[in-house]
Amino acid sequence: MGKAAITLTVNGAEADGLVEPRRTLADFLREDLALTGTKLGCEQGVCGACTVLLDGQAVRSCLLFAVQAQGASVTTVEGLAASEDFDALQKAFSDNHGLQCGYCTPGVLMTTRALLDTLSSPSENEIREALSGNICRCTGYHGIVEAVKELTAAQA
Amino acid sequence: MKPSPFEYSAPASLEEALEVLAEAGSGAKVLAGGQSLVPLMNLRLAAPEHLVDLNGVGSLSEIRADDGGLAIGAMARQSTLERSTLVEELVPALAHAASHIGHFQVRNRGTVGGSLAHADPTAELPMILLAAGGRVTVQSKARGARAVEANDLVRGYFTTAIEPDEILTEAWFPRLEGAAGWSFQEVARRHGDFALVAAATVVRLDGDTVADAVIALAGVADRPVRAAAAEELITGEAPSAALAEHAADAVRGELSPTGDVHASSEYRREVAGVLVGRALSEAAQRAQAGS
Repeated sequence: MGKAAITLTVNGAEADGLVEPRRTLADFLREDLALTGTKLGCEQGVCGACTVLLDGQAVRSCLLFAVQAQGASVTTVEGLAASEDFDALQKAFSDNHGLQCGYCTPGVLMTTRALLDTLSSPSENEIREALSGNICRCTGYHGIVEAVKELTAAQA
Repeated sequence: MKPSPFEYSAPASLEEALEVLAEAGSGAKVLAGGQSLVPLMNLRLAAPEHLVDLNGVGSLSEIRADDGGLAIGAMARQSTLERSTLVEELVPALAHAASHIGHFQVRNRGTVGGSLAHADPTAELPMILLAAGGRVTVQSKARGARAVEANDLVRGYFTTAIEPDEILTEAWFPRLEGAAGWSFQEVARRHGDFALVAAATVVRLDGDTVADAVIALAGVADRPVRAAAAEELITGEAPSAALAEHAADAVRGELSPTGDVHASSEYRREVAGVLVGRALSEAAQRAQAGS
């Protein structure tokens, strides 16, 4: 049960690690790379707090082992913060009260990013369906949906 | 949370994967999308000694028309079912049902083979395979490839006919042809949750009457099941709202689902009847429209 050397790209930079196979990608990001923006809620794929982009696709980082991300490109909320259009994302969520405690927000933002990347002008139903995999216990979702609607309207 | 320690292998070919699995023995598990196995490992409900990861076996992801139907590699992601024009054309029920599996972040990783091999009694794909009359191919190093028909695949809760040294490599769904229609219906507490009850029907018409019908259900037993009495009841009859309701009552009569914290036995039975009624009406309408 030795450790495995891995190399992947995280937020555009090369990241190396020496990990036990059982180390999840979420734990690798948070504990080995100190990228604690990615949150852990349920650790069974239900809550969506740990959502990251793996080669551009939204996935649960708690359900992937770090060794499986060998050679892949991972984007976390920290990577999103460095992107060009992050200001618009931040402003939309702030203006529309799309967060309260903020724990679910990194996952919600990664889902939003994936949605904006796949659909140019999603309907409210499509927005709600995309967000249904991210549990928020504070906002009641209304502000989040409004924020995403504003972003998709701006993008259309 | 952390899973128990395990050995990890990432073979690059099916031959290598079969060899590693054969050597690893019965403590080994095949890792596909990991969307069911890894939660169980994180909760330590499962503690495999060795994981054989199929994500590096590129040959298992192909989707192609084959033998009058649709062959889907075990590692094809569930999200590709929703987007594939070939799936929509040959087995539309499959494309439609796929959108009900978990959330899109889960479908981006979750695989067709993984869902079939996991055999959750509420899962959509084993039920669609049963409704369509499909089969899977399983392979081992020692015995090569063999076909397992849909109605032989699932043996009980999370239990299949797949042996520990075998890998499910492909699923095959016959093409829906002629004056036939399908329907998929599901009730879950929230979109993306496990189904409380789901139903899939296929209705084939001969002129104005039902030549044959398939009614498959998930969430009402320890495996996906067919409602044989209701199927027989409507065969030879002219489709109508009254006939669908009659079949729905027969379904209520022939099921005895187990109740749990999510839904009582009585509720599941009632929902199963309602969904079958709707699914038969919709499938008959599609068959009429297509004939």
